[in-house]
Amino acid sequence: MQTVKLTIDNKTVEVEKGTTILKAARKIGIDIPTLCHFEMCDMNIENKPGGCRICVVEVAGRKNLAPACATEAQDGMVINSHNIRVLNARRTVLKLLISDHPFDCLVCSKSGNCELQSLATKFGIREIPYQGEKSTYRKDTSPSIIRDVDKCIMCRRCEMMCNEVQTVGALSAVNRGFKSVVAPAFEMDLEKSPCTYCGQCVSVCPTGALTEVDHSNDILRALSDRTKTVIVQTAPAVRAALGEEFGLEPGTSVTGKMVAALRRLGFKFVFDTDFAADLTIMEEGTELLDRLGRYLKGEEDVKLPMLTSCCPGWVNFFEHNFPDLLDIPSTAKSPQQMFGAIAKTYFADKIGVDRKNLVVVSIMPCLAKKYECQRDEFKVNGNPDVDFSISTRELAAFIKQANIDFMDLPDEEFDNPLGESTGAGVIFGNTGGVIEAACRTAYELHTGKTLEKVEFNALRGMEGIRSATIDFDGLPLNIGIAHGLANARKLLNEVRAGRSKYHAIEIMACPGGCIGGGGQPYHFGNSEILLKRAASLYNEDDCKTIRKSHENPHIMRLYDEFLGKPLSHKSHELLHTTYFDKSDEVAINHD
Amino acid sequence: MTRVKSLPELVYMKKVLEAEKAKYKQHVHVCGGTGCHAAQSIALDEKLKRIINDKGLSPDVHVTSTGCFGFCEKGPIVKILPDNTFYTEVTPNDAREIIDNHIVAGNKVERLLFTDPVTNERVSDSEHMEFYKKQKRIALRNCGAINPENINEYIVKDGYQALGKVLTELDAQRTIDIIKKSGLRGRGGGGFPTGLKWEITSKVEADQKYVVCNADEGDPGAFMDRAILEGDPHSVIEAMAICGFAIGGSKGLVYIRAEYPLAIQRLQKAIAQARDLGLLGENILGSAFSFDIQLRFGAGAFVCGEETALIHSMEGMRGEPTFKPPFPSVSGYLGKPTNVNNVETFANIPVIINNGAEWFASIGTEKSKGTKVFALAGKINNVGLIEVPMGITLREIIFEIGGGIKNGKKFKAVQTGGPSGGCLTEKHLDTPIDYDNLTEVGSMMGSGGMIVLDEDDCMVSVAKFYLDFIVEESCGKCAPCRVGNKRLYEILDKITQGKGTWEDLERLKNLSSVIKDTSLCGLGQTSPNPVLSTLENFWDEYVEHVEDKKCRAGQCKALLYYVIDEDQCVGCTACKRSCPVNAITGDKKQAHYIHQDICIKCGACEEKCAFDAISIQLEHTPKKIENANS
Repeated sequence: MQTVKLTIDNKTVEVEKGTTILKAARKIGIDIPTLCHFEMCDMNIENKPGGCRICVVEVAGRKNLAPACATEAQDGMVINSHNIRVLNARRTVLKLLISDHPFDCLVCSKSGNCELQSLATKFGIREIPYQGEKSTYRKDTSPSIIRDVDKCIMCRRCEMMCNEVQTVGALSAVNRGFKSVVAPAFEMDLEKSPCTYCGQCVSVCPTGALTEVDHSNDILRALSDRTKTVIVQTAPAVRAALGEEFGLEPGTSVTGKMVAALRRLGFKFVFDTDFAADLTIMEEGTELLDRLGRYLKGEEDVKLPMLTSCCPGWVNFFEHNFPDLLDIPSTAKSPQQMFGAIAKTYFADKIGVDRKNLVVVSIMPCLAKKYECQRDEFKVNGNPDVDFSISTRELAAFIKQANIDFMDLPDEEFDNPLGESTGAGVIFGNTGGVIEAACRTAYELHTGKTLEKVEFNALRGMEGIRSATIDFDGLPLNIGIAHGLANARKLLNEVRAGRSKYHAIEIMACPGGCIGGGGQPYHFGNSEILLKRAASLYNEDDCKTIRKSHENPHIMRLYDEFLGKPLSHKSHELLHTTYFDKSDEVAINHD
Repeated sequence: MTRVKSLPELVYMKKVLEAEKAKYKQHVHVCGGTGCHAAQSIALDEKLKRIINDKGLSPDVHVTSTGCFGFCEKGPIVKILPDNTFYTEVTPNDAREIIDNHIVAGNKVERLLFTDPVTNERVSDSEHMEFYKKQKRIALRNCGAINPENINEYIVKDGYQALGKVLTELDAQRTIDIIKKSGLRGRGGGGFPTGLKWEITSKVEADQKYVVCNADEGDPGAFMDRAILEGDPHSVIEAMAICGFAIGGSKGLVYIRAEYPLAIQRLQKAIAQARDLGLLGENILGSAFSFDIQLRFGAGAFVCGEETALIHSMEGMRGEPTFKPPFPSVSGYLGKPTNVNNVETFANIPVIINNGAEWFASIGTEKSKGTKVFALAGKINNVGLIEVPMGITLREIIFEIGGGIKNGKKFKAVQTGGPSGGCLTEKHLDTPIDYDNLTEVGSMMGSGGMIVLDEDDCMVSVAKFYLDFIVEESCGKCAPCRVGNKRLYEILDKITQGKGTWEDLERLKNLSSVIKDTSLCGLGQTSPNPVLSTLENFWDEYVEHVEDKKCRAGQCKALLYYVIDEDQCVGCTACKRSCPVNAITGDKKQAHYIHQDICIKCGACEEKCAFDAISIQLEHTPKKIENANS
């Protein structure tokens, strides 16, 4: 390893050649402030356009100040990170940014989580001497995401996420100079763009320019309506992250407290999306075995690999970008929608409530779920299977507003029958979790044998694209896993070209899977947080007595009493869906 | 056309073409540059040809449409060789007279000759014109001398012999050494040593390297690159091939503004002709070297002249710069090593190879060799494109070549270096011009814009004008340039509105220095120069605007005062009735008075006054206002 030695604020540091000044400084405890720079090392995600110029430092012998995030450390460099020249530049640039920013912190949904606000506080900005025109744009509200780009500071993080990490291409810089802003092409509405609503742009936006559509008030209204029975389902990844909003260590599982809080908020029944995840495995696993069986028999029109279909961002992505492959994904609905369909039929009958008076709320780590529950095919006579979907962040705010001392809550259990789940349902929140859960069930159904070890470690990890071959008692099953849509695109291009070696592929739109979803508490680029959330879910799985979906007693009862068997006529009617060609809406082709 | 397969073949071809040309007794050169083009020079050219033909003079007289002569102020230009007669502002109606009197009878058409603005005398030929006397045309050597649409004319002027020489007599390193030794520096504004740039690119290992010609000329008023591409496109093509040979690249790209249709058309024609002769394409002149050129069109963004932005634009991305390093020499177009040079830089290359590094290095100053083309404009008698040796003084350019200030006004400043250059004053007039001297005095070479200002120009307004341009052209990527320049503009605007404060002057200084210090690319790093150099050299004017609410040049409308002369005013009330804001008081038959704090300077009163009692003053006496208000 070639190293370079440099001096920063009179301290000497030796780093690997190619390291930036910023990282070299952090190595010796000098925390140079940044704004546009964004990095998640474990996810291989980096944004360093060198645009905000907050991280500038003085390099001896250099004419102008250097951005620490983009300048490579050189041998013998002498750097000052906080002399008067540097501080004056940093403060002036900060004042300039604020001079073109709305002064509405009091009513901004990002207040408290805003990185511009934090910097203004840190640098003690008390007045803005530059009074002039401010950039103003129309507000753009889509089913999931609100763009309030008056607050855009052109850090380009969202653009990097949308184009490099997700290859969605919905957002990019448009216009020039003072008028430049990040927007869909031709400044069209996000809804008309190829946006998948994955929400990764929201999760990295340093200001309030990109936020989620808030449905808390709709839920409050439903809860206060006496004619309505309001029930709630919570996705697996929520319990691994909600605690962060209450100051708990990332990765602290708060399942019991969350259930207690939801009950206190007034939900009549607190259910678990994990139950529906088990149901998904029953349907999807059976579908996989069915396709495999027919394939092995030599049927030619059988489509392999089969792709998972739990992730609505991913579904949007292939509907926009791979309309020729619409028959490849599993037809199984996502757990959220399976839950809604069962709740408004089986469960509504059970408690004798008309579906119109049953309000199903979902708590999701995801912003695309807001869009998913509004899709027409998931409605019966205009009544949606899932009425409202709110994010982990919105739930936290809701709990705080209801004066609930979260930390003081006892651990409570989910209600039955839709609250019982297995460890297989819990790990749905992690990348690789769905396919692992599917393997646990498919293996046993296919081979008739009991798994000695339910963990498939080969399917776990944070590599963007992973693959493993699972021995199904003599049948080697090739499994592919991708998280992040750029990775998904690579696998899909192989499928399209007929070069894919896989029998089944799991795809999650967000890096890390649902634990890194667009609706989760802000991680501010700390990928360590995602790793801890993932570990938390695997731990919860480990603690469960039942860890295979087909062993969930309530699932078995559901089939006995209502559905018959997986892929039955009733299952098809309630638990499966079709996909649509949305390619005419795609503006940018990345292939 | 048959391919030229070797250097000796090319030399032979030149001789044959030269002999053909020598058959003509007289040559008529009609300027076909964009400026003259717009003034009907094509019709003029056609008419001259028709008459020559009709009169059976074709075997003896050759009429050619050439590139720009540089003296655009007086276009269309017609030059007659061998006697160098220089006709100005020629129209198609003058064609017959030129042919009958001059070509046939040998008498110059006096009325079309150039009149010297200082002596007021007609000048018989270009050799005696002050405009050309101190010029040294190297990059522009063929502009106005050959038909750019005919490769044969370029070949007669030793065209492609430099390429032949490097391919047959030199190797890559020796070619680079010549350019290094010549001392040529980038003419696009950066001033980076060209040979060194080539050497760096040549040393990077890659399967493909690119030669890029930066023809994204964006400085307002600058048109040297356009003139070269329109007047001598082959010199650039030849130079790009030489560069390709030197760095080890086989692909060339010209990034040119789509707003230069004539340059594009001539460049395309030239590339096609060069390909036909085998001077571009596979195995050029029988060597192992292959090279070809494609065009890429820019949409007119100023920032795309910055090399990383230019490369992104060529890649189909948003035209905005990225942080350097990596420099394009290492990772440029499509991530491959890319050598980017400006049009004018390239135009110098073939002559340097042909005449030698020592010859080139003998021209200019110690650190800036050769010549520089400037677009001379503004309040000056001889506006146009000039090429002068480095080291010439501003005084020589403005008062000799430029013929001094228009209408006998007083020289005030000269703005050099384009929109992000600086304003230099009387005290800088004798500074020898080169890269380093201009930077030292707070301006820069830039791509060679030179705008002369006289006493009627307000320096705050001048700074504001340039900032307005910068605000339009900033790409928006980095915060100091995107927001900072906008705020600079707003403060300058406030000062010209008479609302400036001392704090604003302080803000201008701080903001300017921070923008320079923190911006991402050359655009932002130099954009406050007009503000800083005017603050430095014209501080008094800023103070007058802020403190005395006065604009000495009378350019700032808000700082003009409509004043009624009490002695002239008869109290007819016409002005009072015409004032839309009731700023005028006064009784019938009494002298009226304009309240400056209410007046919106619409000028309606002055128009209505039949007694010439209302005039525009640069200052007003506050004492009177106090009297009137009391």
